[in-house]
Amino acid sequence: MQKKDLSLLILILVVGAVVAFINPRFLLVGNLSNTANQVGMFGIFSIAEAFVIIVGGIELAVGSVIALLGVLFIDLIVNRDVDWILAFFLIIAGGVAIGTMHGVLTTKMRIQPFVVTLCGLLIYRGAARYYTEDATAGFGYGASFPMLEWLAAGRTNVLGFPLPHSVVALVIVAGIAWLVLHRSVYGRYFYAVGKNEEAARYSGIRSDRVTISAYVICGGLTALSAVLIAMYTRSISPAVHGSFYELYAIAAAVLGGCSLRGGEGSIIGVVLGTILLQVLQNLVNLLGIPSSLNFAVMGTVILIGVLADQYFVQRRKRAPSARGQAAAEPAPASLERVNAE
Amino acid sequence: MREPFLELIDIGKTYPGVVALDHVSLSVAPGEVIALLGENGAGKSTLMRVLGGVVAPSSGTVRIDGADRTGYTVTDAIAAGIAFVHQELNLFDNLDVAGNVFIGREPVFGGPLRLIDRATLRAKVRPLIARLAADFAPDTPLAELSLAQRQLVEIIKALSLNARCVIMDEPTSSLTLSETERLMQVIAGLKADGVSVIFITHRLNEVVQCADRAVVLRDGRTVGTLTRGELNPAAMIRLMIGRDLRSLYVPPAAPPGNIVLDVVDAITSTYPSRAVSLQLRRGEILGLAGLVGSGRTELARAIFGVEPLLAGGISLDGEPVRISTPRAAIDRGIYLIPEDRKGCGLLLDFPIAENISLPDLASYASLGLVDRSRETDNADRQRERLKIRATDVKMQVGTLSGGNQQKVVLAKWLSMRPKVLIFDEPTRGIDVGAKQEIYDMLRRLADAGVAILMISSDMEEVIGVSDRIAVMHEGRISGFLARSEFSEHNVLQLAVGHSI
Repeated sequence: MQKKDLSLLILILVVGAVVAFINPRFLLVGNLSNTANQVGMFGIFSIAEAFVIIVGGIELAVGSVIALLGVLFIDLIVNRDVDWILAFFLIIAGGVAIGTMHGVLTTKMRIQPFVVTLCGLLIYRGAARYYTEDATAGFGYGASFPMLEWLAAGRTNVLGFPLPHSVVALVIVAGIAWLVLHRSVYGRYFYAVGKNEEAARYSGIRSDRVTISAYVICGGLTALSAVLIAMYTRSISPAVHGSFYELYAIAAAVLGGCSLRGGEGSIIGVVLGTILLQVLQNLVNLLGIPSSLNFAVMGTVILIGVLADQYFVQRRKRAPSARGQAAAEPAPASLERVNAE
Repeated sequence: MREPFLELIDIGKTYPGVVALDHVSLSVAPGEVIALLGENGAGKSTLMRVLGGVVAPSSGTVRIDGADRTGYTVTDAIAAGIAFVHQELNLFDNLDVAGNVFIGREPVFGGPLRLIDRATLRAKVRPLIARLAADFAPDTPLAELSLAQRQLVEIIKALSLNARCVIMDEPTSSLTLSETERLMQVIAGLKADGVSVIFITHRLNEVVQCADRAVVLRDGRTVGTLTRGELNPAAMIRLMIGRDLRSLYVPPAAPPGNIVLDVVDAITSTYPSRAVSLQLRRGEILGLAGLVGSGRTELARAIFGVEPLLAGGISLDGEPVRISTPRAAIDRGIYLIPEDRKGCGLLLDFPIAENISLPDLASYASLGLVDRSRETDNADRQRERLKIRATDVKMQVGTLSGGNQQKVVLAKWLSMRPKVLIFDEPTRGIDVGAKQEIYDMLRRLADAGVAILMISSDMEEVIGVSDRIAVMHEGRISGFLARSEFSEHNVLQLAVGHSI
């Protein structure tokens, strides 16, 4: 685990302890299980976002994609009698298609990713609302998918703790993502392209392909979380479903050490970032803070976190020059980037 | 001859380990046109930076209008009427001509609102445009102007500051013939108005055409001054060369073998009407000399697949190959060590080991996962072989010195099987010790059968390391030199477009 991740973990524990001290209901099994469920769902699309941010891009359409694909998924299985397994794979394919499109537009057409995905944000939201004629999509009476419901939104008792299956999904996704990003050839390419695309190209990396595949992974994982979230909420009003989720994702990635300039960040950090955001959300609820202040609290904590991080980076940077011959010191500052052991 | 108003007396400038200027003196009279000549690295640009107040001299005096100036800065230079027309123009693409000329000095109205008085602005610029007979208006957007026109905008800006001396650093290096002709007229016009011009150039005809005096620098020293009557290309070249080159040359172990790389009529986007052909043999080091901007780097980038080849072909071991990406070049054993080490050669934040393994990462992996111990072992081997001075291959490359960084770039390719190695400015910004190590490594590689193309602007390096030299001039190869024909004189003749 990196130093940065460790300090994030400590921050989570401190915030958790403070909340638990003020309101012991924080530690109730039910509350912890619900918070964990949120972490599971939000964690998956935050990891999705992290892939794009690491190659130096940005994906703003996450929330709209979750709304559109969620609406489509429910429509497929409820109204069109498509087998839910087939529907699931269709939805994942849809996410992959959207990701491919964003990747191609940013690399081959050279449009800035902010613009591409901002247009996506508007288009998919509009499409979702038009598709349902702005009505809420949901499960009618008698519609029952016990297997799907158990898999996606169920909980299994593990040593007396009802473990939400979304957490299981997150653990699997995070495990694979960790292996890909921190251990595989492809992961190394993601970081190289994000850090310096020109140098990556001169080293024979097909940077366009690497960038597109980051958007594809992002689209696929967002689709997975879209299904989980749809099964959890069970009814989707397309005008608001998933609103601002892209901002939760970006916030988690940034808290987790991703730089919006690309080339940095770790999977463990992103998961921890998601946990911190959800604990803060929980804190607002439990401490009786008006829920209208929800975003303000989150924004403040992120800002303080980033400021503190910047302060320590500056200090570490200044330290070697003070010591003079510091070239012999192993591994300064952000070198710990991929040493995620 | 009028009295000089501007004098540089005994100027010295030393950088750590390098003497850039060594007791150089230069005086400028009103209305005088001075050409500043010398090879790459002779100290011309440094001298002009001293005059422009950008660089503080280590010793010597700047005297303006008879008064010695101490702590002379850019602001002082501007106030004294010295204007710099930069090689890479310092203009704003998103403003119009008038906006660029008066940037930071806009006439304003409206009191505290400080609104720009556009009418006055244009009225002020109009006569200056007329003075140079330029073919654009005050409100023409800069983005619509050609490079030559932008240069005129820079000169107009200088005139608007009441410049008495305009410095131009290689003003004609990227102009067409007719544009150059125009600029010569502008210079003559300035001269007639009593404005002095100092220009750095490699084009000797221009010097003959418009200079009153040519000052030749070599290795940071003034080696001679030619006045109007003495100005001819032969005399200038004689002054520019003539230092004693250390003998670096180590002959190859065996005569060069078959042709490995055959470039036939290659055309790059920078010089769309000039074709380049050259052949590179197994075991030889071919030096590619020429002035900056002569198309050498573009050729290297085209062979490596970074830039498309507009026409022509490349054969490798006698077989025609199509190389459209660096990956394709790398897969065929053609490797490039780029000029821009920090921007293109390395990932500075990455550890040494990860930089070395990057182009061949798949071979360090099983089932797609990188075997880090194999990666580290190889990096350690390369570190010893190339004597990279680092305690640990996990160190970030950015913390190493220039010479050691260059060795890391070299290590990337030596971990693989190079067939053709293109080395663009191999020792730029590298200390003397590391230089020698890199030269030794080049010869060892050549003896092991690698074909090496070495682009270099360093005369000592080109003559001391190459087995054969190709010289480029404005996009074409102006000549090849065999070992017996090597001389600074011959290389320079070809580089400025003359024949030998």
